[in-house]
Amino acid sequence: MNKAAYAPPPSKATLGPIAELRNVSKRFGDILAADGLDLSIMSGEFLSFLGPSGCGKTTALRILAGFEAPTTGEVLLDGEIVNDLDPFRRPVNMVFQHYALFPHLTVAQNIGYGLRQRRPRPPRDEIERKVKTALEIVRLEGFEDRRIWEMSGGQQQRVALARAIVNEPKLLLLDEPMAALDRKLRKEMQIELQNIQRRLGMTFILVTHDQEEALSMSDRICIMRDGRIVQTGTPRELYDQPRNRYVAGFVGTSNFFDGVVESVAADQAQVSVKGGIVLAGRAISPVAVGQEVSVSVRPEQIRLERANAADRPGWPVTILNRIFLGEHTEYLVKHESLGEFMVLTPRQAELSDGPFNAGERLMALWEAGGALVLKQD
Amino acid sequence: MRIYAAFVYIFLYLPIGVIALFSFNAGRHASQLQGFSTQWYGKALNNPFVMDALQTSLIVALVSATCASVFGTMAAVALQGIRGPLRTTFDLLIYVAVMIPGIVIGIATLIGLVTLFDQLNPVLAAIWPSGTPPQFSMGYGSLIAAHTLFTMALVIIIIRARLAGMDRALAEASSDLYATPMGTFRQVTLPLIFPAILAGFLLSFTFSFDDFIIAFFVAGSETTLPIYVFSSIRRGVTPEINAIGTLVLAASLILLVTAQVLLRSGRRRG
Repeated sequence: MNKAAYAPPPSKATLGPIAELRNVSKRFGDILAADGLDLSIMSGEFLSFLGPSGCGKTTALRILAGFEAPTTGEVLLDGEIVNDLDPFRRPVNMVFQHYALFPHLTVAQNIGYGLRQRRPRPPRDEIERKVKTALEIVRLEGFEDRRIWEMSGGQQQRVALARAIVNEPKLLLLDEPMAALDRKLRKEMQIELQNIQRRLGMTFILVTHDQEEALSMSDRICIMRDGRIVQTGTPRELYDQPRNRYVAGFVGTSNFFDGVVESVAADQAQVSVKGGIVLAGRAISPVAVGQEVSVSVRPEQIRLERANAADRPGWPVTILNRIFLGEHTEYLVKHESLGEFMVLTPRQAELSDGPFNAGERLMALWEAGGALVLKQD
Repeated sequence: MRIYAAFVYIFLYLPIGVIALFSFNAGRHASQLQGFSTQWYGKALNNPFVMDALQTSLIVALVSATCASVFGTMAAVALQGIRGPLRTTFDLLIYVAVMIPGIVIGIATLIGLVTLFDQLNPVLAAIWPSGTPPQFSMGYGSLIAAHTLFTMALVIIIIRARLAGMDRALAEASSDLYATPMGTFRQVTLPLIFPAILAGFLLSFTFSFDDFIIAFFVAGSETTLPIYVFSSIRRGVTPEINAIGTLVLAASLILLVTAQVLLRSGRRRG
């Protein structure tokens, strides 16, 4: 999926952000569920809030929907402060985690619900036409008169999506919409959701704890932890330039070697880790001598070589475990001082050098640019 | 254990069975079977006193059950939005209202209303512009009020259970889809709790219709069917009483079963 080829359609209303959070905090009793959130949401983008449960991502979504009023800070929609605007007055719709479809209404009645609340109420044939179009978009033509409980989980999710998009909201909020689906269906829905979003040019905001889901669907991801936004960026930015160890661990997998900064020159830092070993790496954000940091090396950045080239700097390791993944093979290796770490080897490399076996002693090496020096927090 | 259970049921239901059986007695004694006849049903239904009492009972049951359903639903929905000690207090008071013996409610309502009327009637007489001022007294009003108070607690409990089983997200979804709070109540909450409201109505109706103790205290000069049965027993029991009892029992059972079916179906779908 080519992200670069996708340009968001220009917003008719404004060229600025369609929604903004300005230093938004939300307190529930003693718990600070959202802590100083700052975020601009661009028209037509697909943005994800990613984080573990309890990180405040759902609170952020509910503040945008209007179900929670922020304790402090400002929420803006289309340039207007909407802190105290009731949810039913906001041009924002939500797809709920368990869909929250009305059990006493048919599929068509569920989808037309939002349109029927409009004042003045649109004519019947207009509602019918829009409901039909929405059903076509989610590929549920002919299901108009079905009852909700006659539908499968995946179909119910499509109805929930249709019920939201039929209103052409400024923001479409999705609260872990895929959580209740099985793995295969989830993959299909992810692709479909992305297609729908691009086709309609609507602004989608997704809450998820599934990093794969966030990485594959989003234009931008907002990584959250303990009520705060840790880092916001494109999936590539988060992967290549994580702000700290938490982000690097959450977006993709990585090997971390903890240590203390010994020297810094420009953005290159030398870090002293276990066993007196010094690792070099590029510091993403400024670090100081003596600071505790982690050196992060992605498993795919590490090469394993059988030839013991003495002139190349490398780490002698023993292979503990091998997992064949098709295109790649994952090795768990152990260095006597650095400890255990993961290596991901492409099939191409194995064809020339042959598969490595458990117990074999090899050299592990990585380019200087492959190691990142990251702050602990 | 089974035999023991069988004895309990026989002990509980045999007298009721005997009453039903003797309502078909051809003779005029309530303790001596003399062949099958439905003459006592005809007698009961042609007795103007019985029909009068029946009418009073039906009016009281209908009005009080309607009031209890309307106010009970309003209270249950309002309580849903309250948290903390206030909620706990209300919950407690509702359960207390169900548990208090009928005789206590009867006496308390009687004393309360009589005291109130004694205060109000002179005031009303003083401010009445001309002619004979109306007097507050025990009767339909007090009967309906007492029954409403008692059965409303039942309605609240039934509807609260239904509301608790309802997904909160449904009301949120409705609000998210531009429905005002009133619109959400009308289009989402009300249809979903309607089976519970109907069940509450039927239960209230049955309880009011069957009630003797509270009615005995607050009925004033009115005679409900249970009061009529009680007073005619003192003149000697004829199978006519059995026939009335059997009819009331059958009607109550039908209403209770309907209420149960409604509650079940509501749960299954919701």
